[in-house]
Amino acid sequence: MTISMEKTVKGTAVAVRQPGFLHRGYERLGLLGTAAAAVLLLVALSAALAPMLAPYDPDFPDLLAALSGPTADHPLGTDALGRDILSRLMWGARITLAGPGLVILLSTVVGTVLALVASWCGGRVDTAISWVLDILFAVPGIVFALISVAIWGPSLLTVVAGLAVAYVPYVARVVRGAGLRERNLPYVSAAWLQGHSGAGITLTQILPNVQGIVIAQAISSLGFAVIDLAAVSFLGLGVQPPTADLGLMVKSGFDSVLRGHPAEAIAAGALIILIVWCVTVIGDRLTTTARSMR
Amino acid sequence: MNTEALVVARNLRKEFPAPKGMKSEPIVAVDDVSFELFPNECLAIVGESGSGKTTVARMLVGLETVTGGELSVRGEARSKGAGSLADRRRWAREVQYVFQDPYSSLNPRQSIGDTIQASLALHARGNPGKRELKLKAQDILDSVGLAAPFFGKRPHQLSGGQRQRVAIARALAADPAVIVLDEAVAALDVSIQAQILNLLSDIRSQREVSYLFISHDLAVVNQVSERMIVMEQGQVVDAGRTAELLANPTHPYTRSLRAAVPRQGWKPVRRERLAS
Amino acid sequence: MSEALLALDDVRAVLHSRHQSQALLNGVSFSIAKGEALGLVGESGSGKSLTTRAITRMLDPAFEVSGSITFDGAPVLSMGPSELRSYRSRDIGMIFQDPRAHVNPVHTVGDFLTEELVRNRGLSRGEVEHRAVALLDEVGVRYPERRLTQYPHELSGGMLQRVMIASVLLAEPRLILADEPTTALDVTAQSDVMAILDEQRRARGLSLLFITHDLELAAACCDRLAVMYAGEIVEQGAHVYESPGHPYTIELLGARPSIDERLDRLPVLRYNREIHEQLKAEA
Repeated sequence: MTISMEKTVKGTAVAVRQPGFLHRGYERLGLLGTAAAAVLLLVALSAALAPMLAPYDPDFPDLLAALSGPTADHPLGTDALGRDILSRLMWGARITLAGPGLVILLSTVVGTVLALVASWCGGRVDTAISWVLDILFAVPGIVFALISVAIWGPSLLTVVAGLAVAYVPYVARVVRGAGLRERNLPYVSAAWLQGHSGAGITLTQILPNVQGIVIAQAISSLGFAVIDLAAVSFLGLGVQPPTADLGLMVKSGFDSVLRGHPAEAIAAGALIILIVWCVTVIGDRLTTTARSMR
Repeated sequence: MNTEALVVARNLRKEFPAPKGMKSEPIVAVDDVSFELFPNECLAIVGESGSGKTTVARMLVGLETVTGGELSVRGEARSKGAGSLADRRRWAREVQYVFQDPYSSLNPRQSIGDTIQASLALHARGNPGKRELKLKAQDILDSVGLAAPFFGKRPHQLSGGQRQRVAIARALAADPAVIVLDEAVAALDVSIQAQILNLLSDIRSQREVSYLFISHDLAVVNQVSERMIVMEQGQVVDAGRTAELLANPTHPYTRSLRAAVPRQGWKPVRRERLAS
Repeated sequence: MSEALLALDDVRAVLHSRHQSQALLNGVSFSIAKGEALGLVGESGSGKSLTTRAITRMLDPAFEVSGSITFDGAPVLSMGPSELRSYRSRDIGMIFQDPRAHVNPVHTVGDFLTEELVRNRGLSRGEVEHRAVALLDEVGVRYPERRLTQYPHELSGGMLQRVMIASVLLAEPRLILADEPTTALDVTAQSDVMAILDEQRRARGLSLLFITHDLELAAACCDRLAVMYAGEIVEQGAHVYESPGHPYTIELLGARPSIDERLDRLPVLRYNREIHEQLKAEA
């Protein structure tokens, strides 16, 4: 609130009462962003509480009820093995949220560290790191996942590792730019002149000032990670059946579609899209806010 | 004066490499500049943009490398730059710097109390505890006119003049012998400028500290310094006691500077045609 | 006595936010006659820049503006879009503090100088260029023909400001609004630019509203001065500099260091909002 005021009235400080956390969140996200955040929160809660909330065991086959459309017992119907789709969605969402979450966490930490080192040291260190990042950029994320699977076999963790490597340059590029910008500001020179060490300055001065951009970028990338992970699972290279996973469900749902029962594929696909949409909207809003606050 | 000079600059030279694609000669920003700064005095470096005065100031603290000539503080040569972190810290305790822009010289995400405390932690002798450091930080902020309520505030909550006080406090935290003030009051309103100039004068009467005062404003320089050197296009063209130089300037450049300052009875005057 | 070209009467600008309302212009009244130069002087936050924006109706829509602003008798605040456009492009010429922020870096100086006249007044490019070269020469730019093909980044700040002055004069406005035109320049360039502006304006009989924080500079270049504080004019007249009457003006003049003498301590302003309100209540 205070910030938008200062931009409106150049040079005149207008004192405004500082609003609370939720209010500030709403300010940053806007109406759409807040709605997206609410939806995402709902999905995340259902996923987290799946063991308690899911009406059925997701792995429990009930062949007699196989491929039934939406009924009172099964609101979203059942799949080819008679497993409840709704329950499988809730359990699947856990992996769909946790997997990409891990990808983003790892890539953000590694990418931020590399970027800050590159922007602070400059010179040959920067050139070397940028060169590595360029190479990583050139390779599509899925390829890294495939390489990882080829080496270590298909599983959630190998895919996560591969994708994390693929996502490092996206974070690093943004953070490096922000880091370079901050580094040229007088307060960094002042800290250097005080005798703070390079590492100290990077941690205590520069990092807090780029964290907004880091978080916005991370959330934006989360959407891509969700799709990438679902795609790899769809190919059968990630999570293995019978574990419930949205990508796998789309794949197995395909066969059911041909038999005239699209519920599984549509439900899983729709949930993926919903999650990606929410995350992208939030990420976009945060990125816009982070930029306008500069 | 019997006392030894704190800062000695001899034939200082600074070259910047020419931008790629243009003629290959380097840009000479500072050309054969010499001066001395003694204890407990204020020396002003006066000049317009492009004179090299800021470059000289930056070379003194190591923000720019020295291309040629000698620069020493308390007898220790600084022309080669600090060798190690320990050297840099030691030098920080001898010469400090106050930047021109109060809006970007403080960490926006750190409270001013923490900023001062962090500096104190670096330079404090013995091993003071956190509480002692905090008290000392409050003391220093108090001495620049920022009482206790300001301690937890962040820069965006302060006015330009208040931020500049914080910058001065930060410089004082290192207890230096020399403070370089790079156009430190240029961005401030007249009324605030007066307060900061008074503060600088108070500090000098309370501590043993010298100022190297960089400015383009002759009136401010007259108020704050005893001696001054005038720079034009990287060279020193005039030097002497401030009051004398301003009262009876002999060098044509100094005279033109003085003639351009608005005051009682003054009217703007055209120079000849501008080629660039 | 010439009649007023620009007249402001009790102009107020209130900024409404979700939590409060603040009057950033609190009853500003002054007038500028034809051919007269008025210096509007104040520190930051005094409202001097807001006043110029109110005059050109470029205040942020969040402001609620009241009072009257008339230009040659026509009420500015109720002008329709085409009248407003004509007012802004023909009647008023603006010179800003930072010329670089107001020129398109990918257009040549020639484009910049000629574009508006060629597009809106139907003159030929050649004719406008001819006039532009003549004006550049008058404002002291050497090799003016060469400048037309140069880009803004090739010119120094002082040079670019002269180009701005030339562009304003080309448009032949009746009132020049100069908002801190020399604050970013060296003091010698400042003297130069102000001398040129002064000379040109007198030669053409133009009015000038000169916004600055520098009282001495304003006194040297303007016929009258108006001193602003907290969105109001506290004092105005032809002799404000020589014999200031209002305590704020007196203190402001005293706070400035001088090149002729050095004081032990500069007098510090004691004037503040409280005293300001008190004085208003007593008046």
